[in-house]
Amino acid sequence: MVPRPFRLRQVRRETHDTFTLELEPADGSDSFCFRAGQFNMLYVFGVGEVPISISGNPTNPHVLMHTTREVGTVTKAMGKLRSGDVVGVRGPFGTPWPVEQAEGADVVIVAGGIGLAPLRPALYHLLAHRDRYGKIVLLYGTRTPGDILYRRELQRWRAQFDLDVHITVDRALSGWRGNVGVVTSLIPRAPFDARNTIALVCGPEIMMRFTVLELQRRGVSPSHIYVSLERNMKCGVGMCGHCQLGPFFVCKDGPVFSYNKVQHLLEKREI
Amino acid sequence: MRTLETVLAEHPFFAGLEQRYLQIIVGCASNVVFEKGQIIFREGEEANRFYLIRQGRVALEVHAAGIGTLTIQTLDAGDILGWSWLVPPYRWHFDARAVELTRAIALDGECLRRKCEEDHDLGYELLKRFAEIITQRLQATRLQLLDVYGAEGHISRRGGT
Repeated sequence: MVPRPFRLRQVRRETHDTFTLELEPADGSDSFCFRAGQFNMLYVFGVGEVPISISGNPTNPHVLMHTTREVGTVTKAMGKLRSGDVVGVRGPFGTPWPVEQAEGADVVIVAGGIGLAPLRPALYHLLAHRDRYGKIVLLYGTRTPGDILYRRELQRWRAQFDLDVHITVDRALSGWRGNVGVVTSLIPRAPFDARNTIALVCGPEIMMRFTVLELQRRGVSPSHIYVSLERNMKCGVGMCGHCQLGPFFVCKDGPVFSYNKVQHLLEKREI
Repeated sequence: MRTLETVLAEHPFFAGLEQRYLQIIVGCASNVVFEKGQIIFREGEEANRFYLIRQGRVALEVHAAGIGTLTIQTLDAGDILGWSWLVPPYRWHFDARAVELTRAIALDGECLRRKCEEDHDLGYELLKRFAEIITQRLQATRLQLLDVYGAEGHISRRGGT
């Protein structure tokens, strides 16, 4: 529960309001192991602590990456950090994406907005063990072309023959030559075998609801759909109760859940 | 060589349609090609056709003063372009532009409306298919209007502070 000091190697600006922190242990140790989908509690000393998903490569434990949006006091302070600054890290916490369970199946990743950040480690894992999976499809939706995360990496992935990447934006000026439309509109024609597919979904909750409906319409079983939920995590270990969702603590029992485990809870307006 | 009737039968929009209806519809159909950047139709013009896109991409655009031309939706192979030919006053509500070389089958709306009036079973079949597409696009538009990624502004993933 005590934060470990990590030194900032680099702050990379992704879009006008998002950035990626590259961190390394400041205490001399040389690695930080985590599983795709987990998160850390990041502490900006003197400001506060927030839960942020790990967005780096789980097969490269020497660099810890977090991508976040500047939305509040702590994340805005984070955006002002510079190389060499130190932050506190507690974690990793939470459940991972079921990448081992998906072996032998097609994997479709559906990301909305900054929801691509917690999914990127899963994609790194899948690509590092490419022969263990069938088709791998990334469907990514954002608000405008200017909001697209990890542009260079997406371009590289699009050029790969063993990965299908489809990007769409909700609106664009006429110079944009890509897709315009909601991310769910990519699902009907995405190249995967719905009967043998594991779907990993992350984005705003309303986007995930509609995505799940479209995946089910396509024939993907709800037990094969996994969502990553966002709640107000504080302790990270299921003690404080801030992130309680029905019988679950999202920080400990999640954030990654099988959809059929939480479907009834997401449909309840009272919680 | 594949006939127009075969091409129509293979398009998802006409999947499962009875042969006799396809034979009627093919009389209203023709192959068309649009070069990259070509305007297919403009807002306010008479809507007397619709298109089954076979290859390429089409952008639906609207011009907004002070903002410029906005793309509100793109359509790809397998999609249907246009339903204003179905509903009076038969005028296009948006511009359509080929984003890349686009091949399509154009269906003459006036010809089809006449055939649907003559054979209501055919009309019902076509309307059912259009109703499904209109519903899907309405749902997608509602989702776009929700601006879910804008509403996401309070989310840092995870956290929000």
